Amino acid sequence: MADLTKHYGEVVAVAGIDLEIRQGEFFTMLGPSGSGKTTTLRMIAGFEDPSSGTVELAGRNVGGIPPYDRAVNTVFQDYALFPHMTVSENVAYGLRVAGVAKGERARRGEEALEMVRLPGYGDRKPAELSGGQRQRVALARAIVNRPKVLLLDEPLGALDLKLREQMQAELKSIQGEVGITFVYVTHDQDEALTMSDRIAVFNEGVIEQVSSPFKLYEEPATEFVAGFVGVSNVLERDGARFTIRPEKIQLVENGAAPDGVHTERGRIAEIAYVGMVTRYTVSLDAGGKVELIRQNTESAAEDVGSMRGKEVVVGWRPEHAVAVRDGTTNEEGSP
Amino acid sequence: MTTEAVAEKRSVGRRLAGLFHGRPRLQVGALLAGPLGWLVIGYLGSLALLLVAAFWTVSPLSGELDKTLSFESFEILFDEPVYRDIVVRTVTIAALVTVTDAVIAFPIAFYMAKIASRRMKAILVVAVLLPLWSSYLVKVLSWRTMLSADGIINWALEPFGLTGPEFGNTAVWLVMSYLWLPFMILPIYAGLERIPNSLISASEDLGASPLTTFRRVILPLSFPAVVAGSIFTFSLTLGDYITPRLVSNNQFIGNVIYNNISTNLPLASALALVPIVVMIAYLLVARKLGAFEHI
Repeated sequence: MADLTKHYGEVVAVAGIDLEIRQGEFFTMLGPSGSGKTTTLRMIAGFEDPSSGTVELAGRNVGGIPPYDRAVNTVFQDYALFPHMTVSENVAYGLRVAGVAKGERARRGEEALEMVRLPGYGDRKPAELSGGQRQRVALARAIVNRPKVLLLDEPLGALDLKLREQMQAELKSIQGEVGITFVYVTHDQDEALTMSDRIAVFNEGVIEQVSSPFKLYEEPATEFVAGFVGVSNVLERDGARFTIRPEKIQLVENGAAPDGVHTERGRIAEIAYVGMVTRYTVSLDAGGKVELIRQNTESAAEDVGSMRGKEVVVGWRPEHAVAVRDGTTNEEGSP
Repeated sequence: MTTEAVAEKRSVGRRLAGLFHGRPRLQVGALLAGPLGWLVIGYLGSLALLLVAAFWTVSPLSGELDKTLSFESFEILFDEPVYRDIVVRTVTIAALVTVTDAVIAFPIAFYMAKIASRRMKAILVVAVLLPLWSSYLVKVLSWRTMLSADGIINWALEPFGLTGPEFGNTAVWLVMSYLWLPFMILPIYAGLERIPNSLISASEDLGASPLTTFRRVILPLSFPAVVAGSIFTFSLTLGDYITPRLVSNNQFIGNVIYNNISTNLPLASALALVPIVVMIAYLLVARKLGAFEHI
C-alpha cells in the first residue's frame, strides 16, 4: 500500500498510509474505532476505492479491480453467512461461482470444515449454529478458496471472552497450517499482541507504529501507542517525554533502592486490589502520575484502602524509560 | 373529589389489574376478544354465508330464493362457455398485472433499499405512497381520458402512425398494473432492506459477479417479499370490477358478481368463490416454492 487515502466528503478516514505486508505473516491493524483500520481493510478487499494512492497485491496494482476479481477473501464482523444455504453450501459458495466441479467442491468443503473443527455440520443451516460455530463456518468459507490474503474484520468481536481466547489460539494455528497471509483488524490490544507477527497501530487515519508485538509493547514510539497498547505512564523530565510500563516500576521499601535504579518520591493517589496483582497510582513530587502493579506473591495487605495518601518511593531502571514522540503532533491535520 | 374517593377509584383499577396478574391466558383473552369477535362474525360469518348461498337456487319465474341444496350455480359456471371465458380472462389479466408489477417494482425497490441516500429514500417512499392517498376513481377516470380514442396517448402516437390500446383488455392490464404497483414496491423494498449489505459484500468477496450475486443471494432472499407483493396485486386484480367497466367493455369476475348480486344471489356467490379458490391454489404453490420458509 502506498500513500493510501480515503475521504468521505470532508471527512478523512485514512490520511495517507504506507504499509508493506509480507507474504504468509499474521499482520494486525490495531486501533480505536474510527481510526481508519476497517476502511483500509475494505480498500484491500475492493469494497472501497481509495481517494488516492495504490494497493498492490503480490506486486500487481489492484486499483479498479472489483472485489470478485481479487484473490482476497474476507471474514466479516457479522459473519455474513447466507441464511438460505446450508453450511456446506455456504462454504462451497466461492468454489461454486468459480465453476469448480461438484465432487471436488464437496471434498474441499468438507476439508475446510474439518480444519475449523466442524466436520459433519454441512447439512445444518446457519441459524442452527452458535456464534462460535458461525464464526468457524465464515472462516472455512473464506479459506476454502485458498486466497493470497485473508482479511479478518474484528471476527471475534461478538464472542464472549472464553470463546474468544480459544478462537485466538485456533486462528493462529489455522494460519500456520494454511500459510495464507492474514490481515487482522481489531481494537483489542491483547488479541493483537497474542496473535500477530507484526502490528500496525492506527490512530485518526494514520499509522503510529509498525512493529512486532514485543517491540510495540517494550518500545512504543508515540504517546498514543504507549497508551493504547497498555497503560500510558508518560512522564516529562528535563524536557524529555518518556514512558515506563507499570510492571517495570518498583515500590521501594525503606528507601533502600537496588543499584542502578532511578528513584522518585510520591504519594499513593489510588490503589486497587485486582486478585493476581495490586494496582497503584502514584502522584510523583516531581510532577506527573504513574501507574504500577505489584504481583501479590506475598499476600497483599488486606486493607489496601488505608494505604491511600501514603508517601512512597518508586523506582525504575533507566533502560526501561522509553522516549516517546508527542502523539498529538503526528502528521498534518487529521480530523 | 375527596382523597378517599381517589383511593377508592385507584383500588378498583388495581383490583382489576390484580385479577389479570399471573394469568397469561386471561391477559391474552382480554387483549384479543374484541378483534377476534369482529373477525369471526364479520369475516368468517360472511364467508360462510357466501358458501351456503352458492348452493341455493333461484326460481326462474318468481325470482324467489330456494334454500335447498343444489349444484345448479356451479353447473352453470362450468358449462356456460361465457363464464369460463370470464374466469380465464380475469385470472390471465391478474397474472399479467402481477408479473408486470414485479418486473417494474424490483429495480425501484432495489434502488430504494440499497443504493439511494437516506434523503432520497424518504422522498421515494413518499412518492410511492402518494398515489394511494388520492381517489381510486380519479385515477381510473384520468386513465380513461388518456386512453380514449381522442385522448393524449393516441395524440402522442399519431405522428408515428401508431394508435394506443384504447379500451379493452390491454387497457385493463395497463391501468391495473399502474394502480397496484405500490403494493408490490413496498413489500419488496421492506424485504430487500432486511438483507444485510454484508451478505452482498460477502458474495462479491467470494468471487461472484453482480449478476451471480443477484441470482444466488438477493433473489432467493427477497423471493418471499415478491410473493407477498404478488398476493396483493393478484387478489386486488381478481376482485376489481370498476376498472374493467371504465376502460373496457369486457366482463370480469367482479362485473358478473355485481350484475347478479340482486337478481341471482346463488350464481353471484358461486362466482365469488372462484377468486378464493384461485388464491388458495396460488398460496399453496407459493408455499411449495419455498416462499414462506425464511419468514
